[in-house]
Amino acid sequence: MSSTQVEQLQGVVIRFAGDSGDGMQLTGDRFTAETASLGNDLSTLPNFPAEIRAPQGTLPGVSSFQLHFAQDRVLTPGDRPDVLVAMNPAALKANLGDLPRGATIVVDTDAFGKRNLAKVGYASNPLEDDTLESWHVHGLPLTSITVEALGDFDLTRKEKERAKNMFALGLLSWLYTRPLQGTRAFLKAKFAKNPEILEANLTALMAGYHYGETTEDFAHRYEVAPATMPPGRYRNITGNTATAYGLAAAAQRSGLPLVLGTYPITPASDILHALSGLKRYGVTTVQAEDEIAGVGIALGASFGGALGVTSTSGPGLALKAETIGLAVATELPLVVIDVQRGGPSTGLPTKTEQADLLQALYGRNGESPVAVIAPATPSGCFDAALEAVRIATQYRTPVILLSDGYLANGSEPWQIPEVAELPDLRVEFATEPNATDAKGRPAFHPYVRDPETLARPWAVPGTKGLEHRIGGIEKADGTGEISYDPDNHDLMVRLRAAKIARIADTIPDLAVDDPDGDAEVLILGWGSTYGPIASAVRDVRLAGMKVAQAHLTHLNPMPSNTGDVLRRYRRVIVPEMNMGQLALLLRGTYLVDVQSHTQVRGLPFTSSDLADVIAAAVVGDAPKTVDPDDTGALDDGADDLPADDAPVAAPNESGANA
Amino acid sequence: MTTIDLGFPGSGGTHGVPRLAPDALPQTKKDFTSDQEVRWCPGCGDYAILAAVQSFLPSLGLARENIVFVSGIGCASRFPYYLDTFGMHSIHGRAPSIATGLAVAREDLSVWVVTGDGDALSIGGNHLIHALRRNVNMTILLFNNRIYGLTKGQYSPTSAEGLVTKSSPLGSVDRPFNPISLALGAGGTFVARTMDSDRAHLTATLKAAAEHRGTSFVEIYQNCPIFNDGAFELIKDHEQAQARLMHLVHDQPVRVGDHHVVIRDHHDGFEVVGQRSADASRIVVHDAHAEDPSQAFALSQLDGPEMTHVPMGVFRAVSRPTYDDQVRGQVAGAVAARGGRADDSDLGSLLAGKDTWTVS
Ligand code: SF4
Repeated sequence: MSSTQVEQLQGVVIRFAGDSGDGMQLTGDRFTAETASLGNDLSTLPNFPAEIRAPQGTLPGVSSFQLHFAQDRVLTPGDRPDVLVAMNPAALKANLGDLPRGATIVVDTDAFGKRNLAKVGYASNPLEDDTLESWHVHGLPLTSITVEALGDFDLTRKEKERAKNMFALGLLSWLYTRPLQGTRAFLKAKFAKNPEILEANLTALMAGYHYGETTEDFAHRYEVAPATMPPGRYRNITGNTATAYGLAAAAQRSGLPLVLGTYPITPASDILHALSGLKRYGVTTVQAEDEIAGVGIALGASFGGALGVTSTSGPGLALKAETIGLAVATELPLVVIDVQRGGPSTGLPTKTEQADLLQALYGRNGESPVAVIAPATPSGCFDAALEAVRIATQYRTPVILLSDGYLANGSEPWQIPEVAELPDLRVEFATEPNATDAKGRPAFHPYVRDPETLARPWAVPGTKGLEHRIGGIEKADGTGEISYDPDNHDLMVRLRAAKIARIADTIPDLAVDDPDGDAEVLILGWGSTYGPIASAVRDVRLAGMKVAQAHLTHLNPMPSNTGDVLRRYRRVIVPEMNMGQLALLLRGTYLVDVQSHTQVRGLPFTSSDLADVIAAAVVGDAPKTVDPDDTGALDDGADDLPADDAPVAAPNESGANA
Repeated sequence: MTTIDLGFPGSGGTHGVPRLAPDALPQTKKDFTSDQEVRWCPGCGDYAILAAVQSFLPSLGLARENIVFVSGIGCASRFPYYLDTFGMHSIHGRAPSIATGLAVAREDLSVWVVTGDGDALSIGGNHLIHALRRNVNMTILLFNNRIYGLTKGQYSPTSAEGLVTKSSPLGSVDRPFNPISLALGAGGTFVARTMDSDRAHLTATLKAAAEHRGTSFVEIYQNCPIFNDGAFELIKDHEQAQARLMHLVHDQPVRVGDHHVVIRDHHDGFEVVGQRSADASRIVVHDAHAEDPSQAFALSQLDGPEMTHVPMGVFRAVSRPTYDDQVRGQVAGAVAARGGRADDSDLGSLLAGKDTWTVS
């Protein structure tokens, strides 16, 4: 052992960055798994290019993975990395702007040749000039040490070089005292059929670890103690996996088969991938010819008495609109997962945004109300999927679940629930006639409603005596026959709206976190902004200010007490990754002068920015909002830099000072 | 009613669908007639098709509640309302996708799609070709009247070039689809054509289609007396039909009327010649079961706007595993491989995954 000192840290934010072919996502995943197994709380944020293989060594080709882990509650993947691992000049250049001064940079010096430097416009080598003088730089020839470590292997130089990510992982694992057993087991499973590559990766991993031990380069090693989390069994989970598992669990808890009709689209495809492997759970996946067919298949399956589900992202939701309208009219259960991404149009396929809220609520012809819910965290996607199925089946309605790219690919520890404690989602199909016809014989009227929920019966084909026709044309109340009667249409429009409104009877009140009960400012969010908001609120409170926080997971209908909550506060701030869509809804619905704080950069809010906004509101200054007319503010790169002159300094929650 | 034999043994199209109990009263046309007032224009060809379908369905001997008709939008798509089965009148062009979901989810249903030339070939073209490609077990009835009826008379994707309509006052310059060629090109396993006014042929075609396991595609020439009257007059007139109609019967020479046959010419094309003068070795014998659809396709191409030779009958009927059977097979296989559908403890293991840790 070297004489390295071990230092305790509260938490660290590490970003692995490299070319999209460098295996940074895998490296990040493995480091995350190691960290999870140590019991740290954590949160991750992958960030990758839309192109599968952008030209090597260029800025657009940079792929990164950020991990925040700590010994206390972690709410975000971290605003700014304490450590950047940069595998080439492009990775350095693309990420340097996010690094606070004093942060640590580990670079592969082998990749800093003239050509790579030129590709990203470095006139001179930043490792040799004063570009990096504000940071702690560890320049290591990662590629050549890896190749050297693999000297005896019967592999090409290229193949040996490819193991450099494992070397980096080994080194970082040593630096942060992470165990390697999990990664070793993972590699053994992954390369079971290719022993030479397996051994090379294992060797590179261990070489990286031992390099840390023997080199004089690192004066300190770090430890981050396990977080104090509620007792229980945990795993790490991404939002897309949690969504897929929530759907599978819903199939099990409802006793119904699940049919996913879908079309591949970033960033939702992983839900299809996960569900296609869960056939044993009664899950059928149909990869349709297009988005419209995907939702059509789901609706057809629902008509047949299965759980019809479709998954997509914003552009796909637009294409599915007409079929969702048909589901509104036919009043059949349907679950629509929209993993939002940057828009409009193709927009930013791999980046996150919350700009489909109004599309989900109103993006159809006619008065076409649907239930809309939005998970707040990656693991919350599991509960949201179950909730979507509950509402869809109980109220015979489409439910749109708004996830987003940040939740979908981000991960966090999740306390594994007990299956028996999951909601009971059993449904009852109609089995008997519910009316009599003109001649007094038993008949079935498909639009006779349950007095409590206003839901119509779910009468599936194959049930004798219940033969009936439904469709998109307006129907007569009760009988379901075609009706063009004006009064009937007015009634049906109101009934469909009332049915959705009644869902509010079965959802929890909006909970407010207001420790002393005397805050004057409420910060209200929805969806994936939960983490940054909660983290900002924590920081502001640590600075001695009072602020209340509430978070909506049901967007339509909203909890019954929402208006009361809003009116209780002198000032309500609504941060959103859109141009103020929830704010518009709240102002229109509750006549409350909420203040919108928006950002549409394809990235989550940083908690320090939000802390500034909250602090400004608390001390009575005008909150920092983006004026829609002042588009310059959106481009203002200064926003990204540490706010040295912020009214309230956000405590550095990571505490890392490496 | 005369019955005709198109030469197809059943291939299990309704296998798995519950049948009427042996002691139940036999079903009649009346059982399949809903109480809804039929709202097509007087003289519309849809009436004849409806009557034929209502009369035919009882002969399948299936439990009525296990039959589902799904339609899109257009005049034809009102069809499900008039049948006392389960039904969904869906949205424009999307019926094949909804029917696919239904057929995949429910093996025990006999699934039918009713569509039109605009619904199936224009706005819903993508779903049609993919249903055919996948071979989902369902029967698609395409009522082809070569016009948009419900929107009051614009040219459709099967309208003849030059057709003057409300939206083509100088004549349409759109080239029409040949629906049969399209279906064959998409890999359809059962492709047939029949006509609204020929009840016997229509019924025989419906029967063969229902019995085929896979996507059965039936184009039905249907007259729209309001906006495209007489579109099929040349083949409805008895005398004309003699010269123009080509009846396809499996394993039989391809005849045109009573006196002409189709022969393969010296350039491997098809030619219609008098039966007497035909070189017997060159007479084309219809093979609906051929794996290679080339001959069926070539026959479909003999048809044209002038309707000089109009093939009728089953162009192709080949057996191929259906998409829905295979999908269900994979699910059943996955269930069987692990000794039954996942239970709560399996779900618990799934949720936990391989990497867990415990906080005490
Ligand atoms: S418009 Fe034509 S196709 Fe439509 S109902 Fe009238 S006659 Fe029939």
